[in-house]
Amino acid sequence: MRLLNRHPTRPTGILLAALPFVAVLIAYWIGSEIRLAANPQDKLLPAPETIMNTAGRLFTEPNKRTGEILLWADTFASLRRLAFGVGIGALISLTVGVGIGLLPYVRRGLSSFVAVLSMVPPLALLPILFIVFGLGETSKIVLIVIGITPFLIRDLSQRVLDIPHEEIVKAQTLGASTWVIALRVVLPQILPRLIAAIRLSLGAAWLFLIAAEAVAAEVGLGYRIFLVRRYLAMDIILTYVIWITLLAFLIDFALKTLSRRAFPWLGGGL
Amino acid sequence: MTRTKFLSATALSLGVLAASLSPAMAEQKTDFKLAWSIYAGWMPWGYLDSSGIMDKWAEKYGITVDIVQINDYVESINQYTAGGFDGVSATNMDTLSIPSGGGVDTTALIVGDYSDGNDAIISKKATSIEELKDTKVNLVELSVSHYLLARALDKAGLAEKDLAGVVNTSDADMIAAFATPEVETVVTWNPLVSEILDTNPDANKLFDSSQIPGEILDLMVVNTETLKDNPDFGKAVVGAWYEVMSKMAAGDEEALTAMAEAAGTDLEGYKAQLAATAMFYDPAKAVEQAASAEMPETMTTVANFLFDKGILGVDAPSADFVGVEYPDGSVTGDEANVKFRFDTTYMQMAADGAL
Repeated sequence: MRLLNRHPTRPTGILLAALPFVAVLIAYWIGSEIRLAANPQDKLLPAPETIMNTAGRLFTEPNKRTGEILLWADTFASLRRLAFGVGIGALISLTVGVGIGLLPYVRRGLSSFVAVLSMVPPLALLPILFIVFGLGETSKIVLIVIGITPFLIRDLSQRVLDIPHEEIVKAQTLGASTWVIALRVVLPQILPRLIAAIRLSLGAAWLFLIAAEAVAAEVGLGYRIFLVRRYLAMDIILTYVIWITLLAFLIDFALKTLSRRAFPWLGGGL
Repeated sequence: MTRTKFLSATALSLGVLAASLSPAMAEQKTDFKLAWSIYAGWMPWGYLDSSGIMDKWAEKYGITVDIVQINDYVESINQYTAGGFDGVSATNMDTLSIPSGGGVDTTALIVGDYSDGNDAIISKKATSIEELKDTKVNLVELSVSHYLLARALDKAGLAEKDLAGVVNTSDADMIAAFATPEVETVVTWNPLVSEILDTNPDANKLFDSSQIPGEILDLMVVNTETLKDNPDFGKAVVGAWYEVMSKMAAGDEEALTAMAEAAGTDLEGYKAQLAATAMFYDPAKAVEQAASAEMPETMTTVANFLFDKGILGVDAPSADFVGVEYPDGSVTGDEANVKFRFDTTYMQMAADGAL
């Protein structure tokens, strides 16, 4: 049989899926052993059990001065910023995106502007954002919004344009107004697309969140990583990185499930 | 290829990959690398490289010394700690916390200068340290700035918990941060200090490092084992350094202009920065500083600060967990874990003209 027609059995499939993870863990473990053999206090590649111990402490031990557990405080602060940033970005892009896709006047007015805007690297605007919005929460959320919204708008407006023209004509012959078409024809088709686009832009949203927290912050996942980087506390950094990855994965999974439940006609997607 | 063969081949190649991450081992060698970053007192390192003075001295001892400028100060120390460099320019505080705290035995080969006003606390509203009570302060957390703030508060009978908090702010954005209305007080270093004071008429300097002389030392630190196995490396670097020092002490315009340009300022600007830097142009003076009676006291204060902030590592049992050795052989901290040494051997050779 040709190789391309051969499928792994279920146990082999699971094994194959686990293989890269195991390989990375083993490579890390070997590297860590080598470095620790040369210098037992090496901070660069701490032993897996050191990371486990640190992680245990980070998740449970309250801070001496404030009494709150730093990791949870950081998580809460970061997720709040992320939720606001992505939420505002989604609302703006839904309104503007449908407008551009559906209404020729809005399209003429905004489509080139958004296209140019999406080319501006958001991180380059950071110093200006600080002066305009201050160093507090606002500028961090605005950075996420500026970072992901142009992409979302461009994607959504294209999706609206992709809706078969026949559907729009049909709705009109049945007497639907522009408003009704937007609400009953476009919106149900565009909402699952919005969720898919948000899932794709979550990586960028995290990036902007962490970049903003690295510049000025008192709390947050990115803040803590950049702070402990000053003394090479790789055990803390690795715990945070794994935690962020897990959070990102869970958010992605939740959005995927939401999309499947709420819009069953679209099938699985992604 | 059977599955087991494939698996073992994969594991083997990953193991080789991991081994290439292994730390630098001390041994006899002829090629050395030093890292440095931009700071008034470290500009001679760039000049040593560009002027060829380093090459001249390295040739004399039959070795090569590569001097690499790293844009990010903390990253340069991390690279050294990871084994990528044989030496790095760092302060006494960062040396104690990063390489020494990380178990890399490190020797202060050259005591270059101490900050004599280069680090400062600047406020828009407050006119004294006492007035900082219940306000926020922006600074690079866990840096020398943080240490300066802790010392200033201590002298005023306050502690960090009396503040409304410190906000970690990148030094790259410090000037922009000071321009925003919600930032009242910043702690930072030159050239940012002079830039902020020049452009903000309402800025008051509340405290600077000239009030804690000799506590913030700027060093060239090297791996102790590498130095022990390769004394020629120490001789070449120290010899080259003090040749440039004598040029600077004599006011060599060409050398100073080159350093000023590399620092992004002009001759006047660089001279102003040097005025807030107590440079040890004379190796005998550097030896005197390293061997002074205040050194153990300073290092103990620094160790206590680091422990208090958790910088010595979450596992560090106490502030004494890293031992620091002084030129007379005395040790503060744990004698069984000496990882930071002040060694005046090579600077003394320079003072005696024996290089």
